[in-house]
Amino acid sequence: MTRARAGLAPIHNGNSIRLETIPTLGFGDFQDAILAAVGGGQRVCALFGAGTGKPDTTALYVVLADDAGNGLAAGRTEVAGSGFPSLTPRCPSVHLFEREIAEQFGIRAVGHPWFKPVRYSRSWTGRDAWDRPLPEAILPAVGDFYRVEGEQVHEVAVGPVHAGVIEPGHFRFQCHGEKVFHLEIALGYQHRGIEEAMERGPTARSIHYMETAAGDTTIGHATCYAQIVEAFSLTQKPARAQVLRGVALELERVANHVGDLGALSGDVGFLPTASFCGRIRGDFLNLTSLLCGNRFGRGFIRPGGVGFDVDRPLTDELSRRLHALERETADSINLLWDNQSVMARFEDTGPLSGETVVALGIVGPAARASGLMRDTRYDQPSGIYRFFQIPVSTCDSGDVFARAYVRWMEIQQSIAFIRSQLANLPPGETCAVPGALEPERLAVAINEGWRGEVCHVAITDKSGRFARYKIVDPSFHNWSGLAQALRDQEISDFPLCNKSFNLSYCGHDL
Amino acid sequence: MYKQILARIRQGHRTIRFPKAVAPALPDRFRGRPCFDARLCRAECRAECRACSDACPVGAIDPLNKSIDLGKCIFCTDCMRACPGGAVAFSGDYRLAARSRRDLVITVDQETLILAQALDRRMKGLFGRSLKLRQVSAGGCGACEADVSVLGTIGWDWGRFGIQFVASPRHADGILVTGPVTKNMELALRKTWDAIPGPKIVIASGSCAIAGGPYAGHDQVLDGVESILPVDLYIPGCPPHPLTTLDGLLRLLGKIGRNGRVSRGD
Repeated sequence: MTRARAGLAPIHNGNSIRLETIPTLGFGDFQDAILAAVGGGQRVCALFGAGTGKPDTTALYVVLADDAGNGLAAGRTEVAGSGFPSLTPRCPSVHLFEREIAEQFGIRAVGHPWFKPVRYSRSWTGRDAWDRPLPEAILPAVGDFYRVEGEQVHEVAVGPVHAGVIEPGHFRFQCHGEKVFHLEIALGYQHRGIEEAMERGPTARSIHYMETAAGDTTIGHATCYAQIVEAFSLTQKPARAQVLRGVALELERVANHVGDLGALSGDVGFLPTASFCGRIRGDFLNLTSLLCGNRFGRGFIRPGGVGFDVDRPLTDELSRRLHALERETADSINLLWDNQSVMARFEDTGPLSGETVVALGIVGPAARASGLMRDTRYDQPSGIYRFFQIPVSTCDSGDVFARAYVRWMEIQQSIAFIRSQLANLPPGETCAVPGALEPERLAVAINEGWRGEVCHVAITDKSGRFARYKIVDPSFHNWSGLAQALRDQEISDFPLCNKSFNLSYCGHDL
Repeated sequence: MYKQILARIRQGHRTIRFPKAVAPALPDRFRGRPCFDARLCRAECRAECRACSDACPVGAIDPLNKSIDLGKCIFCTDCMRACPGGAVAFSGDYRLAARSRRDLVITVDQETLILAQALDRRMKGLFGRSLKLRQVSAGGCGACEADVSVLGTIGWDWGRFGIQFVASPRHADGILVTGPVTKNMELALRKTWDAIPGPKIVIASGSCAIAGGPYAGHDQVLDGVESILPVDLYIPGCPPHPLTTLDGLLRLLGKIGRNGRVSRGD
């Protein structure tokens, strides 16, 4: 059990609490509570604005994770008028959250050291934090970028359309020769208005927004959404469904990790592993397709449980294919660690220190590669992970090698987990029918997606509809980590560093 | 080196034989072309019953004639689960790509889809043995992108038909677009298109790129590629299965005929 700090309301992952149990703090107390929590080793999972119904007043909510104490806490304050003093100078991990609040609600984060839009879209309130005139279109990535001046310093601009089959984003490098002094990343090209469209839901589209928030994390986001609905409707989900959700989440992790290791291999010109893993990744996606008919898990996670049951012949088939794939995966990936030219390119490239990870609130394999024991399956477990713990895989060098090797360790752990769960599926139903959503509550759902923590926070209004639905994809935390990892690196190492994080553009842009 | 050779031998030959041999088996739960069974769709109340169209999250079903627009459909089965008569089903037929938007609308009891016809003689002469494509994700969720790029891996190897993604639009013969085309990507998509030398083709891959997918009607998107570019090939799906994409492209290039027969001489 965790001890919530004064003014914050304790909440459990996958549960909801009445809104009135979250006290509205004075703005100073709210910031002090965040600072004290972060200073004590906690993390900011989400910090977001919400309407209050009062004119010119925005509510701010925070969800903090106490990983050591395995608990969560929620806090609330209100901002009146057109701005609030920024906390970023004292707590860097909230930097993007504050920019997002400013963009969505049109209130300034005064004193924010790098106050720019996040997704280049209009605010939801009609106010604009940058006083941009209404008729003018807001163009993505148009504006000032951080610049380094000086003799022989030059700027390299890349994107939004990149060389490969990859989502759009704009990258600005400040270079001296080959050396990168600074990288600034401007996103927002994939913004399609998911959070806004979730308001007044659930609707028939809600689950489909979640399944496509980040298409390669369909299970991760859909599971969080299902848990939010279950938390509001106080639905008891069947044990069998919880196990199957875990199996699907780990299959998603394995498929993506295998794909990433293949791509990393391709980026350093080592083609055997690149070719083998490209095919093996597809075969792991085919396992998910056996479960639900779709390679990305569409249709599998539904509020109340899962959309498809498995029978004995199916679990046998899954286990049989998994067994063959496990050997082929090991054969392919172990070539990397035995090859000196691969290791020479992986090691010491794009290092990220543990201190930077903590300061920026980096999550997932990128955090674990820098030595942090940070895995929500372990720290904030929900569903099956409350009963079966997967060992946390860490490395300490924080470089491309570490991010690759953590993935390899996780692939092995996940396959072992899937195998043992398939052999011990609890009997019974696979889907309960969720009732109506309870009004005026706040729910939190956190899962460890393959990139890291996927966090959803929702608030219901008086009629049990979503008044606010906040989605935090792990990429939202981690893009700044990539920018930091590039400092003092060769610009030619950018593709390799980028792939070692492999972040989502659409999950960030929503 | 020894280990690499050993691994290579163990991994074996993995490229599918399609289209010369039959396509690889898809799982029983795979959701291909949807179909209505008019006998099960209760005739007397067909006009009144709107269970399927009401359940559809993307408005793909016409409530009166019960036709399904595959361009809008995200293959989610919400209609199938809602139908009291069990009239809606998803078949295992992966062949879905079409040349005209109209051909994607299937009516009650329509047995076959009007599948993509080959390019005209001149275009086929130009692209039939070498089609280089520039991919642009314009609001895609990453799933369409993943399942088109998988076609370049050894499992599918569409390079054997001369199809390949290229980095520069200057080297491309066409563009394959994924995503509903966000307003924030409109300019970049237009510029990429303008940078491709003609003659050139446009492929809309996935329900987002065809009609906006789950994002249709959002202020932030343009409801598909067609809003700004002329589309030559529509590939339905959410995302389209790699086999659907490969089948569509091979039909476009005239390598699979109308009767499903594989053309010789390639």
